[in-house]
Amino acid sequence: MLAATQLAIASAWAVYAAGALLVIGGAAGVVLGRNPVHCALSLVTTIFGIALLFIDQGADFLAAVQIIVYAGAIVILFLFVIMLLGVDRKEARSHEGPRSLLPVGVVAGIVVVVELLVLVRVHYWATGSKAVTEAANGPGENIQKLGQSIFTGYLLPFEATSALLVIAVVAAVVLVRRSAQGAEAHPQRRSAVTGRLTPPAAQGPAMAVPAVVPAGAATEHAVERDGEAR
Amino acid sequence: MTVPGAWYLVLAACLFGIGAVGLLVRRNILIMYMCIELMLNAVNLTFVTFSRMLNDLGGQDAVFFVLVVAAAEVVVGLGIIVAIYRRRSGATADDISALKG
Repeated sequence: MLAATQLAIASAWAVYAAGALLVIGGAAGVVLGRNPVHCALSLVTTIFGIALLFIDQGADFLAAVQIIVYAGAIVILFLFVIMLLGVDRKEARSHEGPRSLLPVGVVAGIVVVVELLVLVRVHYWATGSKAVTEAANGPGENIQKLGQSIFTGYLLPFEATSALLVIAVVAAVVLVRRSAQGAEAHPQRRSAVTGRLTPPAAQGPAMAVPAVVPAGAATEHAVERDGEAR
Repeated sequence: MTVPGAWYLVLAACLFGIGAVGLLVRRNILIMYMCIELMLNAVNLTFVTFSRMLNDLGGQDAVFFVLVVAAAEVVVGLGIIVAIYRRRSGATADDISALKG
């Protein structure tokens, strides 16, 4: 009897340790990795660790969603962008030099961790009031309780998320659409700086006018982009 | 389920700190984005831990919505990153300083 209890406690700690190892190791890989592809794969490791800890705490549905949405969609999206843009070469070691702010960033991160640990230590989370939603622990399937809670108490926010997703999809299409197609469809193109319409006659190959940034300096990138768009 | 909730909170705090450091010290925009995802995951872990400690399902509801918002945020953010990289290849966060003043 006593041995069984000890075994249960030991196994609980083992699960926690495995999850913590995955989470911290993956996070370190994301921060320290030089190759963005390796960083994305480390992010998957962290996400699996988080999902393990979710299951350990009884949030079965959220663990499944975590793996499906994060590892299955978000990280794949990251990898698509990495492959698409060819940015998987190593990051330039731009931290060298007199203006390196690396120590400042590390110190700020340590301050954040210490603050959070102090918050954990002074535990006044429990207000004593009853749960406004259902009880998380106890009998019943986790997914059933979560579904009832979302579709009754949080129905309006749930509907709002559908609008949010539609807006995000439209925004992504608008952002990524090549401006060259718009230029061909409409001969009159709006100048990005002034907002005025430029006449079609002025838009030849010779019209590689550099865009003027607010400071007044011409940027060479706009010229390159105009040339490549034709 | 005998591990006290405070251990999960400490782990989440460490994960949040690692994500914050990565966001501050890395120059690659994509990796900065991944560090934001790390911080979001840390907060999700905190929500689920409190949901268990306080026996309130509201924490898990919050995680559900955080996941949806994170997905939308990643879609828009990666769109912006693709647009930036298309204009100037190999840009890091330091190169995007047109609004510096």
